[in-house]
Amino acid sequence: MADLRCTFAGRIRSPNPFWLASGPPANCGGQVMRAFDAGWGGAVWKTLGEPIVNVTSRYSSVDWNSQRMMGLNNIELITDRPLADNLREISQVKKRYPNHAVIASLMVESKRETWHEIVRQAEDAGSDGLELNFGCPHGMSERGMGSAVGQVPDYTTMITEWVKEVARTPVLVKLTPNITDIRAIARAARTGGADGLSAINTINSITGIDLDTLTPRPNVGGRSAHGGYCGPAVKPIALHLVQQITADPQGALPVSGIGGISGWREAAEFLLLGCTSVQVCTAVMHYGYRIVEDMIDGLSRWMDEKGFRTLDDLRGQSLPRVTDWQHLDLNHKIIARIHPDKCIGCDLCYVACWDGAHQCIHLDGVRTPADLEAAGRAGIAFTPSPRLEFDTSTTPPHRIPRVDEAECVGCNLCWLVCPVESCITMEKVETGLPPQTWAQRTAS
Amino acid sequence: MEEAVPALTPTEFAQRFADIHPPFAAQAAVVESNRCLFCYDAPCTAACPTHIDVPRFIKKISTGNVAGSAAAILDANILGLSCSRVCPVDVLCEGACVLHRYNQQPIEIGRLQRHAMDRFYARGAKLPAPPPDRGARVACIGGGPASLACAAELRRRGFAATIFESRPMAGGLNTYGIAEYKLRPPDSLREVELVRSLGVEFRLGVAVGDNPSIEQIEREYDAIFVGVGLGPTHKLAVPGETLAGVVDAIHFIADYKTSTARVGRRVAVIGAGNTAIDAATAAVRLGAEQVRILYRRAEPEMPAFRYEYELAKQDGILFDWLVQPVAIHGDGAVESLECVRMELGPPDRSGRRQPQPIHCSTFRIPCDMVILSIGQSRLVEFLGRCRGMQLDEGRVLVTPETGQTTNPRYFAGGDCVNGGREVVDAVAEGKRAALGIVQWWEESHG
Repeated sequence: MADLRCTFAGRIRSPNPFWLASGPPANCGGQVMRAFDAGWGGAVWKTLGEPIVNVTSRYSSVDWNSQRMMGLNNIELITDRPLADNLREISQVKKRYPNHAVIASLMVESKRETWHEIVRQAEDAGSDGLELNFGCPHGMSERGMGSAVGQVPDYTTMITEWVKEVARTPVLVKLTPNITDIRAIARAARTGGADGLSAINTINSITGIDLDTLTPRPNVGGRSAHGGYCGPAVKPIALHLVQQITADPQGALPVSGIGGISGWREAAEFLLLGCTSVQVCTAVMHYGYRIVEDMIDGLSRWMDEKGFRTLDDLRGQSLPRVTDWQHLDLNHKIIARIHPDKCIGCDLCYVACWDGAHQCIHLDGVRTPADLEAAGRAGIAFTPSPRLEFDTSTTPPHRIPRVDEAECVGCNLCWLVCPVESCITMEKVETGLPPQTWAQRTAS
Repeated sequence: MEEAVPALTPTEFAQRFADIHPPFAAQAAVVESNRCLFCYDAPCTAACPTHIDVPRFIKKISTGNVAGSAAAILDANILGLSCSRVCPVDVLCEGACVLHRYNQQPIEIGRLQRHAMDRFYARGAKLPAPPPDRGARVACIGGGPASLACAAELRRRGFAATIFESRPMAGGLNTYGIAEYKLRPPDSLREVELVRSLGVEFRLGVAVGDNPSIEQIEREYDAIFVGVGLGPTHKLAVPGETLAGVVDAIHFIADYKTSTARVGRRVAVIGAGNTAIDAATAAVRLGAEQVRILYRRAEPEMPAFRYEYELAKQDGILFDWLVQPVAIHGDGAVESLECVRMELGPPDRSGRRQPQPIHCSTFRIPCDMVILSIGQSRLVEFLGRCRGMQLDEGRVLVTPETGQTTNPRYFAGGDCVNGGREVVDAVAEGKRAALGIVQWWEESHG
């Protein structure tokens, strides 16, 4: 069995890399203890700070194709519980779960003494580490906190330095994606002495508008405000930003990956791009703590299959495979092959290629999609005679498209739209040419 | 039938003839619509005789544009409501769904269409106003689906249309002849009203023939659409056919749907087509203790759809294969049916093996009601009065693309042309004939 134990920044230890992200699932001691019982390896406590008041409602989501919460947006602020309660519960959790990681997320006004005070209090309560919330993009940022700090490199360095003046445990800086180049902030945090980074925080968003009331969601008494977007929809953005940080020699610090992780597959992706641990919030809000069972089980089985014994073995394995476009091989050629035995005749690849790509998938005898459709409508159809056994098992040959391989540019679109697994495969064509980059081609 | 089963109370009737395909809840419809792959040049659309753009209307349900969805359906098929309930979808759109080959249930196209139609009618059933009158007048003889579709399409193209229907209500078999658990008369009549809202004139209770005569109609109208359907059910031509308790299936169905028909305790239905099954399942629901279907061929030759056959079996209907009635016995009313056993001989011209009686094999089936469902006759006498309109074995001969008969002013569609198919076929033929009429009129008057 793979060893999932995780050590972050040398000193934060957890039985696995799965941490609850700072957010509603890590709001109080009772929750965190239930999460640990379910299998979570760590928890970043919902951000501690000065008391706030929340609004109702607070969340809104984007559904897709009848699936709920492809993306989630929130306008909730930091903890609304008294600091003393949170600190007491952190102590209780650490006493009961000494081998799990408890990290205190912090956000206070930008005063040196205030930061010193909250750092001391959190560490005295027993936190294994601190996460500086420089990422929250709504509400708190209007008061000069959260992403208002994380969007200015100098502020990031300054406050990180203040924290490091008194901190005894590792300090993670949580980065906002709402910035032009995330590496600038990562470097600033490192300059300030941070021991690690968490990325990404939520993305500025308006999820949608109620078309009856014309009010954006979430509706707070007829008005709304932008919130922070998270959930499965943001994973590709998060992966890219994480890669930006982990591949940057000047910003290189241990990273706790966040953004759209709902299962072991996404977790593996973040680890392969160099993360040390991962954090999850939305998926728990959707399905509960129980989802960690398959995250552990799935990751562990996959690691066994791939021969990775520890997380160190797999960390960053995909990083060397990410490069700039300019280094890609222009002589690499693939083309689409449609396997007629698997084709169900939906012809989505055909119309996608015609309207969205390079017009190289054809249905024989007809030239354009419009011609094809007109021919279909002109046909006379009637109810078949009752005893005619209806053959639903074979695709009529005229509905099986073919690829003009000489014209196919290998863009993948047909393969992406095809609903049937391995009906369309992208296959390598030997060009007989050596690898060549754009620079090489233009130099010759 | 002195011991006839007591009539059902309205509540019992409503329960026993409850909708066989209950409607979707709104959210369930969206979930189902999202399963649709949105095929290009979709096979379901090609399979529909009226070529409803199925992925288009389904996509509109998924986006919450149910009004647009209904418009897309009605654009292709003015009887979208009844078709959504009565179409044999598993041999039409749903049968053509590519998901069969994807190891999944096909999209429930019929129920989704019904969802859009129910919403359309619930919101007042408003269609766009037809274009200004172009001065062409068309008489549609017969008030069934073919004529309704033809007249509606004509109105949408600025032609005046009048429907002549001999019965008190229009809708044809949609009103009088569909199993109640699929379609009820009020729903059929809502469609009639929709067609009327387009400006179609209805002359109900008017039998074209003597008053008005065909000649009068010819004088008053530019073109005539013949959508008269089929005639009475064939007779068995055996002794005892006039006894009380012998009825034909079409009448039996119309009676129970529009008044309070009584049913016997032991019912024998002769014939194994879709109408026979409609009659048999109705007899069960009306309270008959035993219902059997007698067919002179065997199960593989049965003309009913597989779906209908399964429905009948679920209703506990017994099937007597290779049996032919030779006499009906009784003292004033039916008491038993005398039958002979059959065997299948060599195939005939149509390729079907011909049943032949087995010598000395007669036996009796006790019963107090006999329902005949052995096909409908052609209205040869009426069709013969339409001058220059050639028939082929009693069916009106037309050019399939235009519905035009051998008399250029006469067009035809529906059962009188196709010999008896589905509602959707009649709608398609009526619509094509309307387009044919418009084209012919433009060519001869334009």
